Amino acid sequence: MSRLTKMALMASVLACSVAGAAADTIKIGINQPLTGSVAASGNFITDGAKLAAEAINEKGGVLGKQLELVIEDNKSNPSEAAAAAEKLISRDEVSAMMGAWGSSFTLAVMPKLQEYGIPMVVETASSSKVTSAGNPWVFRIAPTSEMEAKAFGQLVPEFAMKKVDFLVVNNDWGLGAAGEFGKMLKEQGVEVGMTETMDPAAQDVSAQLAKIKASDADTLFVTTGYEQLSLVFKQLKALDVNRRVITTGGSQFPDRLAEQLGSAADNSYHILFFAPWFPDAAANPEVAHGYIDQWNQKGYDKSGLSDGFRGYDAITAIAAAVEAAGSADPEAIRDALWKVDVKGVNGNIKFQKVGVEGSESGQSSPNVYVVEIKDGKLALP
Amino acid sequence: MDQLLQHLLNALILGSTYALLGIGLTFIFGIMRVVNFAHGEFYTFGAYMVYLFSVTLGVNFLLAIVIAIVLGILLGAVVEWLLLSKHRGADIDTTMLIMIGAWIIMQNAEQLLWSGVAKSIPMPFPEDPLTVGSVSVAWARLFVFVMATLLIIGAQMLIQRTRLGKAMRATFQDTATASLMGININMIYLATFALGSGLAAAAGALLGPIFIVIPTMGNLAVIKAFAIVILGGLGNMKGAALGGFVLALVEEFGAGYVSSGYRDAMGFLLIILVLMVKPTGLFARTERIG
Repeated sequence: MSRLTKMALMASVLACSVAGAAADTIKIGINQPLTGSVAASGNFITDGAKLAAEAINEKGGVLGKQLELVIEDNKSNPSEAAAAAEKLISRDEVSAMMGAWGSSFTLAVMPKLQEYGIPMVVETASSSKVTSAGNPWVFRIAPTSEMEAKAFGQLVPEFAMKKVDFLVVNNDWGLGAAGEFGKMLKEQGVEVGMTETMDPAAQDVSAQLAKIKASDADTLFVTTGYEQLSLVFKQLKALDVNRRVITTGGSQFPDRLAEQLGSAADNSYHILFFAPWFPDAAANPEVAHGYIDQWNQKGYDKSGLSDGFRGYDAITAIAAAVEAAGSADPEAIRDALWKVDVKGVNGNIKFQKVGVEGSESGQSSPNVYVVEIKDGKLALP
Repeated sequence: MDQLLQHLLNALILGSTYALLGIGLTFIFGIMRVVNFAHGEFYTFGAYMVYLFSVTLGVNFLLAIVIAIVLGILLGAVVEWLLLSKHRGADIDTTMLIMIGAWIIMQNAEQLLWSGVAKSIPMPFPEDPLTVGSVSVAWARLFVFVMATLLIIGAQMLIQRTRLGKAMRATFQDTATASLMGININMIYLATFALGSGLAAAAGALLGPIFIVIPTMGNLAVIKAFAIVILGGLGNMKGAALGGFVLALVEEFGAGYVSSGYRDAMGFLLIILVLMVKPTGLFARTERIG
């Protein structure tokens, strides 16, 4: 064994004993992508989680104990997400977890929850598989694509659409969104044209857009993350495609799009789960204001507000469950999560039983907000 | 018909940057036989340098591109001197592992310095596209096409017409003889790697402002670069240039007329076909370098 490995071993033993000494806290594991392709969003969510823990601790914590967040990086990779969960559960002995950003990471973590009996609040993930797998340790505050489509359905008449096309990222999230929104629109009598897909890492989508340009639809639905979205808008402009664009998914950062793209993003609408530019339009304005003030006090990047709230709400829900459980025992927290009814930034968090009978998963019903980019500025439509 | 013309135009412009990437890797992989997985990181480096100089420091956009290319060449020289020069004549696996290490270090350094948040570089061109009939192209893309074409011609001239190019060709044809003729072999390796890296940085510097700049942008670029080099025939510069355009055409028409979900698969399908039918590459003549 080299000297370096010996030193590393000693250091890790030391770190373990220090962690073990702090027993007066309630440990919550955070499983987020802090590096890799979706790192930007994962960091914002982690920041939001820290703010919620801080606010709770300032008021005296939960059950007289302080909340301690144990943060692990899942490196934007499903197998790393499962490894991070394993580490959080068996080495850090957390009482509950929040994670794991996105359907594929979350699905990779889920078997661990069942194996060890640890509840997890899922802050981001749209695939219906997460809550239909019969895993009774999963509690999701993020909406499924179906819920998102349904909520947006009430606003469809205002847009007077005749025919729509879809351009979506080629994974569970994008294809799920195209399927659910297409179904909802058809029920409302809107014609559904083509569905084009793009690789999550693709930078050039001009081939897809040339095809869309030739279509006679009046509206284009786009589902992908902010990075690819800004490329889509740039290339729509370059190919002179002029039609209404509606984006879905909740991680679009419309403020950054408006700032960076100027007129290229005009005439676009964005379906979000929190619109930090209009806190008074939120379901719980006082919670929204509190969260925004806290975020700004820390000097965090303002554009992260629309992602960070998910971490904030997840920790709020977990803390409420610990309070109701009266102990830090994972099973007691799981049972108490069913009784949670708290005010979050997005709206009220309350879990309904969904999925396989007898081993239901929890699903909260989040609110949906639409923001428009008009003359390079954000507006409520 | 309109759609066909638009696809053709898209492919031509995309192909020019693919060609640039492919030629850069031809220097390093095709000629030097270093399996350079870090090639995409030089591409990313070029893009971030344009961001640094043009956005953060406020230097003129065109000057920022030139600076990025020069820095790319310098970084290539440093990497060659620091990591590869000590392993001259080593097994191809050894240098490959070294370059995988360089790839990981460079990508994480970019993440550390600029975070994972995507950066956008504004370009001093009109926002409205140039529209002829029903076909449209952004001015920025036209600029990239012209610059890439000039760089491709420049690289070709360098290899064929200059003393340095002659020395490079001699070295990689027969290192021992070239050395006996008084060619400084170490300098030639250094210059070749630096030039190849410089071309990758140039591709990144040109494409970064059109796309967006993120630390992982090189991952797909490096795979495509390898595909282009294999398509064109190892060590064949003209082949790599043509290979770039062929790959872009196949991707564009595959996405446009077959299925956009398989856009990237089309290119790789083509490579498998080429390897089965003509394993030396589409444009390879007899074994020749340069």
